Amino acid sequence: MEDKCSRRMLLIAAVAAGVAAGGTALAEDTIKLGALATLEGAFAVLGEDSMRGVELALQEHNYTAGGKKIELIKASSDASPDSAIRATRKLVENDGVKVMVGPLSGSEGLAVKDYAKTQPTVTFVNGTSAAQDTTLRDPAPNFFRFSTDGAQWMAGLGEYVYNVKGHKRIVTVAEDYSFPYTQVLGFLLPYCELGGKVVDRFWVPIGNKDYSSIIASIPDDIDAIYVALGGADAVNFLTQYEQAGGEAPLIGGSITVDQTVLGSKGRQRAFVKGTPSAGPISDTWDDPRWKKFVAAYKKAFPKGFPSPSLFAHGYYINTKAMLLGLDKVKGDVSDGGKKLRAALTSLEFETPTGTVKLDQNRNAVADIFLTEVVEGPDGNLLNKVVKVIPQVDQAMGMDRKKFLALGPVGRNNPACN
Amino acid sequence: MTISSASDLEQPRLPSLPVKPWQILVLLLLIVYPLMVPDFWRLQVGAYALILGVIALSLTFLAGYGGMVSLAQMTVAGVAGYAVAIFGVNSAALGLGWPWWVTIPLSLAVATLFATLTGWLSVRTAGIYTIMITLAIAVAFFYLVRQNYVIFNGFTGFAGLAPPPVFGLDWRAPLPFYYLSLGVAGICFAAVVYMSRSTMGVALQGIRDNPRRMAALGFNVRAHRIAAYALAGLIAALGGILLVWFNGRISPGSVGVDRVIDILVIAVIGGLRHPTGAFLGAIVFVLLENFAIDLIDRERFNTVIGIAFLAIVFFSPDGLLGLWDKASRASRTLAGATKDWNGR
Repeated sequence: MEDKCSRRMLLIAAVAAGVAAGGTALAEDTIKLGALATLEGAFAVLGEDSMRGVELALQEHNYTAGGKKIELIKASSDASPDSAIRATRKLVENDGVKVMVGPLSGSEGLAVKDYAKTQPTVTFVNGTSAAQDTTLRDPAPNFFRFSTDGAQWMAGLGEYVYNVKGHKRIVTVAEDYSFPYTQVLGFLLPYCELGGKVVDRFWVPIGNKDYSSIIASIPDDIDAIYVALGGADAVNFLTQYEQAGGEAPLIGGSITVDQTVLGSKGRQRAFVKGTPSAGPISDTWDDPRWKKFVAAYKKAFPKGFPSPSLFAHGYYINTKAMLLGLDKVKGDVSDGGKKLRAALTSLEFETPTGTVKLDQNRNAVADIFLTEVVEGPDGNLLNKVVKVIPQVDQAMGMDRKKFLALGPVGRNNPACN
Repeated sequence: MTISSASDLEQPRLPSLPVKPWQILVLLLLIVYPLMVPDFWRLQVGAYALILGVIALSLTFLAGYGGMVSLAQMTVAGVAGYAVAIFGVNSAALGLGWPWWVTIPLSLAVATLFATLTGWLSVRTAGIYTIMITLAIAVAFFYLVRQNYVIFNGFTGFAGLAPPPVFGLDWRAPLPFYYLSLGVAGICFAAVVYMSRSTMGVALQGIRDNPRRMAALGFNVRAHRIAAYALAGLIAALGGILLVWFNGRISPGSVGVDRVIDILVIAVIGGLRHPTGAFLGAIVFVLLENFAIDLIDRERFNTVIGIAFLAIVFFSPDGLLGLWDKASRASRTLAGATKDWNGR
């Protein structure tokens, strides 16, 4: 009996040791690229589209960069920082990736940035996470964001709403976490500067179903409602507001009036017509670069969305930047990625949405699209480009010191008196 | 006759704690394991499985010996984790910044008190109603921490949490942290095994099997059950503190319904009949969570996890422990004839 048991234990030990050893082997002519997105949980659909963005960039490069083969290793989180860290740690410490793309959501980005500091030889590029302080305050030297943050996405909207639409008094309705805080900040900064008034701010938990109490407390004497809700939350709010007889025009956050809202059935369709919004992409931009990107996406993924989402776009750009960086250094990351990071820092390249370059904190300076919902020729609602705001930086054109002095994003930032 | 009974008295049958050779082997293996593997396997597989095992152990203790399935064990762990963050040092500048020798005992006390109150509320119920009421407590706590910004810092929670540098050692480094987790897990495991053999533990098992009879025999059924909740709470709290140190952060997602269910899954696939089950379940869970995505390179890896859990429960309602028993029974039947022949 004893013999049998000890032999069994030895076998288990041997298997464990074997598995562990296998995980660290690395071939010299391939580079492992880790990709982290939310393939589970509430954002699973968005995570899948993100992976399409990564694959599209890799396909364009024939899965090679700098003469080396790229091996893609996927990892998944559920949008919580804990799970993002676990997945990242697995990619870096077990699979041995030296370059990685991700994550998707705001709070995950803050967590991965903190983790990046403990792994100075690994080079991280962002996915689509758009929280401000991932790069603005206390950045990691090896974390690069070739996509823009949630405040940058709002560039031009505040001015447009105040000057062109003439809305002087508004309320805001947004989800209660870091990404919508960043969006509200980006919208309100110029809006309040011009003299716009925020009568009230409503914060709701993600996944809220019942908006009746909020709708009841929205005052009558307002000109518009700024809504920064995503996916099902946006549909629920709009339906209920329309049913309650609400008449105030809307102003949309970057993921509020996307295809999930515009494509849904119901009377709120007529209601969202004319809603201005802003973001890093516009579905209907008739620029050849964007059209080429959409065509490539549709060809590669017939089962994907009708048009690439901002998640596919963000992951595509960040992966592309990484591949271009690897090209520049001939795929050499044997020096702990020093050369690669130098190459990425000075990288400036053409994307489907215009030129992208980095600022001193390795955050993108890029073009932002101001859009408005219109009815298309076939009766579909779509976001039409009103204006392209060129080369928006993270301080949104403000003096960087003054911008930093505003403090981190939050429920009451900016004060807007 | 009398002589023989006297010799029986000379050798009283002690309630022995049999330590079999293979158990010592397992212990040795657990001790040398981190020396043979890279950091990832020390920390994210080894230490993480031990921590989840400790939290699941608290449920195994309650459900296996007390017959009370509580879904609030992860919540108790979360209370301890939040307490460590709030009383101690964190990077959100909201902590009170008290020293560790105040913070840790205080957090354990707060979480144990919370568990006792949970027990006091839920021992009035049985079966599915206990599950419902503890689930309600878990969900209520989740929403509380997510919406309260003054104390719990809402959606963001707390980051920058690390074990205190006692004896000048960085306890968050993979090797020390593994041994810290192993130590805590070992103490909790021994406590539960010892408890199950104590008067209190035996009474608890009696209450599990027939509460009315135990009440008739003069045992205070409610007091025993609440005491079980308190002890399970202390165990879960220890796991919870290790978990925040492991993650370095805590946020509402750490105590969400998904995580609450994870603990139940771990306990069930491991097997509720013995404390070992919690740790077996945790190992399987952690391995699947980390490596299922490599087995099937698609967006379908959660299906693999689901199917694996289903298969375990389907083939053995007793979890992995049940499979082990089946296997050893089968091998005994095979070896049986030989043993009889040898006159064993």
